[in-house]
This record gives sequence, C-alpha cells and structure tokens, in this order.
Amino acid sequence: MHDARGQIRRLPGLRLWLSGGWLLLLVLAAVFAPMISPHDPLEQDLFAARLPPFWQQGADPAYLLGTDSLGRDLLSRMLYGARLALTVALVAGTLTCLVGATLGLIAGYFRGWADLVISRLVDIWMAFPPVLFAILLIAVLGTGLTSIIVAIVVIDWTRFSRVVRAEAMSQGAMDYVASAQVAGRSRLGIALAEILPNVLPTIVALLTLEMGIAVIVEAILSFVNLSISTDQPTWGGMIAEGRTSIYQAWWVLVFPLVALFLTVLSFSQLGEGLKDYFDPVLR
Amino acid sequence: MSDLIYRVKDLKVSFPDLAHKPLFGAAPRTSVLKGLTFDVARGDVLGIVGGSGSGKSTLGRAMIRLLRPDSGSILFEGTEIAQLGEDDLRPLRKRFQMIFQDPMSSLNPRRRVGGIIAGPLRLQGFDDIPRRVDDALEMVGLPKSFSERYPHELSGGQRQRVGIARAIALKPDFILADEIVSGLDVSSQAQVLNLLEQLVRDLGLTLAFVSHDLSVIRRLCSRILVMHHGEIVENAATADLFANPQAEYTRTLLDAIPLPDPDQVWA
Repeated sequence: MHDARGQIRRLPGLRLWLSGGWLLLLVLAAVFAPMISPHDPLEQDLFAARLPPFWQQGADPAYLLGTDSLGRDLLSRMLYGARLALTVALVAGTLTCLVGATLGLIAGYFRGWADLVISRLVDIWMAFPPVLFAILLIAVLGTGLTSIIVAIVVIDWTRFSRVVRAEAMSQGAMDYVASAQVAGRSRLGIALAEILPNVLPTIVALLTLEMGIAVIVEAILSFVNLSISTDQPTWGGMIAEGRTSIYQAWWVLVFPLVALFLTVLSFSQLGEGLKDYFDPVLR
Repeated sequence: MSDLIYRVKDLKVSFPDLAHKPLFGAAPRTSVLKGLTFDVARGDVLGIVGGSGSGKSTLGRAMIRLLRPDSGSILFEGTEIAQLGEDDLRPLRKRFQMIFQDPMSSLNPRRRVGGIIAGPLRLQGFDDIPRRVDDALEMVGLPKSFSERYPHELSGGQRQRVGIARAIALKPDFILADEIVSGLDVSSQAQVLNLLEQLVRDLGLTLAFVSHDLSVIRRLCSRILVMHHGEIVENAATADLFANPQAEYTRTLLDAIPLPDPDQVWA
C-alpha cells in the first residue's frame, strides 16, 4: 500500500524567515549592545543636538541615525532600548502564557465549577479598559521592570484563557479523548498527553502575539512615563521625547517607531508561521 | 452460565435535558435507556440496531463504561462494573475495548500510527510493545511502515484499520464497534467488514456491533438486539429475526431495507 500522503513535506515559508531574521537581529543587538553601540546612550552633547541621520545634509558620520534634542546618539539608544523591549517580551509573554493557558486548559477540559469560576473571572477582567488597568497597576506597584511584567501578566492572561478554553473544549469532545479513557488514561494524563499537544500550535501562535503586545504595552507605559527610570533608554520613552520635536527632528520619533512596528509585526508573523510549521496536518 | 461475557440487568441511563433547564436549579433528566436486560455470550457477535435516538450508542458506551449508568447492573465476566470509579476500572479496561465511528477524530492527529497503537499497551503495562504493534498492524492488513505515519496521511479505510488494530492489540475479551463503517464509502465498508469477519473468526472475538444498517448487521452478527426509544423491542438470533420478526417495529425496520430487486423478499 503506497500513496503520496506519506511523502508530502512543507518548507518553512518566507514569513518565517523574514520575521525570524528580524528578531534574531534584535536579539544580537540586545545582547551585544555595549560592544556595538558607537556611543554611551546616556551621554549628552548639546553641541551635537538634533543631528540628522547620515544621508541628510549636515549629518555627522559618527552619529549614524542622528541625535535627539539633548545630543544623545539615537542608534545607541535604540540598541539599548531593544534590551528592555526583548526582556519584557520574553519574560512577560512566557509568564502570561503559562498562567493563562493553564487556567484555560483546566476550564476547558475539566469543566464543572472550575470552569464556572475561571470563565466568570475572565468576563470581569475583560470589562476593565486594559491600558487604564495597566496604568493603575503601575501606580500601585511602583515603576520598574518587575512591575511592568506583573502588570502585563495580570492584564493579559485572559487572552490565553479564553482561546485555550475554547480549543480544549472542542478537542475534549473528540473521540481520541474517549479512546484514551477506554485505554485507561487518567483525566490529568488526558489533559497533558492528549489535549495539550493538540492545543499547542494555538498556544505558540498566541505566545508570539503576546510578546508583540508586551512590547507595545511597555512602549505605552514608557510613553506615559510609567515604565522605568527615565535615564534608561526605552523605545516608548524615545517616541515620547520625539513627539515634542517632531517638526525639528522627525528621526527621533520615526526610528524607534519603525523598530517597534517591525518587532511587533515579526512576533505575530513568527507565531502564524510556527503554527503552520508545528501542525502535522498542514506540514 | 460461565460463558457469559456480559449480564446486563435493568440498565437505566438518563441525560440532563438542557433545553428545558429552568433559570435556576438543575435541568430535568430525559431517560435514554429505560431498564434494559440482556446477556452477551462469549463468541457472540451481537448486532445492536435501531433508529437515531434509540439509545444504541448510549448502550454501547455504558457497557464499556464511558458513561456511568443511573442504576442497574452490568456484570462483566462476573465483575460488577456499573458503578465502579475510573481508578477501579483502569485494570479492567484492557479487557473491553472500543472501535469508534469517526476514525479521523478517534486518532490523535499529533501521534504517529505506531504511537497510537502502542499507547494503550503502554498504559496497561504490556511488555514487548514494538512486536505487538507490528502484529496488530499485520492482523489488520497494514504494512509495518505505516507506524511512522500520521493519521492524516492515511485514507478513511486505512484509518479505521488503525482503530481496529489499536483495539485488538490489547487482546481484549470484548470489543464494541460503534457504527464503524457508516463514515466509509461502500468499497472501504466492504473491506473493513471482511476484515472484521476474519478477525472474529481467527481471534474468537466477542463483538457488539452498533449500526442502523440492518443489511450490514445481518451479514456480520449472530444475534440482534433491536432498540426503539430506549427499550429493547426484540432480542433474537439473526436467522430467526429475519425469518420471523416478532415486534412491529422490527418489521418496519426490515421493510425499510432497500433491496436490489423491489419484488424480492427476505427468505
């Protein structure tokens, strides 16, 4: 018995390469920021304020992407900003995923009163405007990296719970679950060994999406000056500073904005690409 | 009477009727099985037939304890299993197995065929698992190389063979086959039925075959249980049932079988 079904293979697509490439570049930039930054990101030089990027007239080749209104090197600040953005993305994204997906799996597969409690909690949570909720949380917790991460986890776990619950519910109704029960697998065993692997592609897609969202939330909090101390460069902080001088020095606003945009886009595209790649039915 | 695999007595199952659930409080229950009593002898191939909603699948699922009956007794080889908890059932599970209706949804899409067949063996503590997997594949007529495949890389008939292999690999005393050919096209149906007939002969399986298709049941089964609205309306040997149906409902069912020649009669 031979047919072609066993021989179909799919290559990771272009979007996986592009998004993965940008994120890899970002990781390298963040890790080696102290070595490759041409300047100290905090060093001010008021005589070199608002220098344009290298291709414009009046640029100083020492400041590749120009300087801001205090004469700090934009490229160096962006490289250091990538550190914070990536830390928040990875740590907050992963923690949110763990908390949300666990609760979603419990609600969706074990049902009963656990589902009742978790689902009502999600409903209540979703009634809060997320940005205001975040600002409120930071105001209570105080600024700092830990507070940002805690705020993101506390606000965004519902995103995972809702989706994973629905997915676990539909998987739980499949006959392979009944078949595992007939084989004598325990409830917990079924949840972890049968259902979880089938929900995993969805979780991975959500996880990368969440990492993008975490970067945005951090930028928003930096924008309203609630992220971390002002002398540490962050993309959101740079955008906030750039906003005030947009007519004199557009580059201060635009470069961090482009980096933010590409990063968030890459995270979500990476998720979609990985989801397809991990799914044996599509692979 | 030691050769009875199942003794079912006054089995009752009901489900909550959510359509009529009051705003507060529990939903009323609809009775699905209304006190069934029957035996299954070793070596029997029991056909369970009835219209949709007659409770035939529910009966099957209660017999292998995928659901807990409200009341009544299910003696499986002398052990009362009707109200056993999942932990007490686990050691018994290898002795009664099930083949599912939809072979796509009953095979975990993220496991390879080999893993799917090996899973129950591992859970039930069998030794020499790779050999047993190969044997099971061979018995259902699939090449060994198929153990590396994922379910979506198989055709419908091949998937159902994997479902059968998974059940017989445990060498159970009893297998429930729930509408296992209704999702297949006619030629795969015939192949799967041939295979099942052969396995029943070779392994001396005791089988309960749930179906709404009397012509399939007639070919395969030695006894037939006709169900209607949660009750057994007739329980007879196949030849007797077709020659001399007792219940009005059985006659209606028999009349509904499409025959190649409209003037031909069952004889």
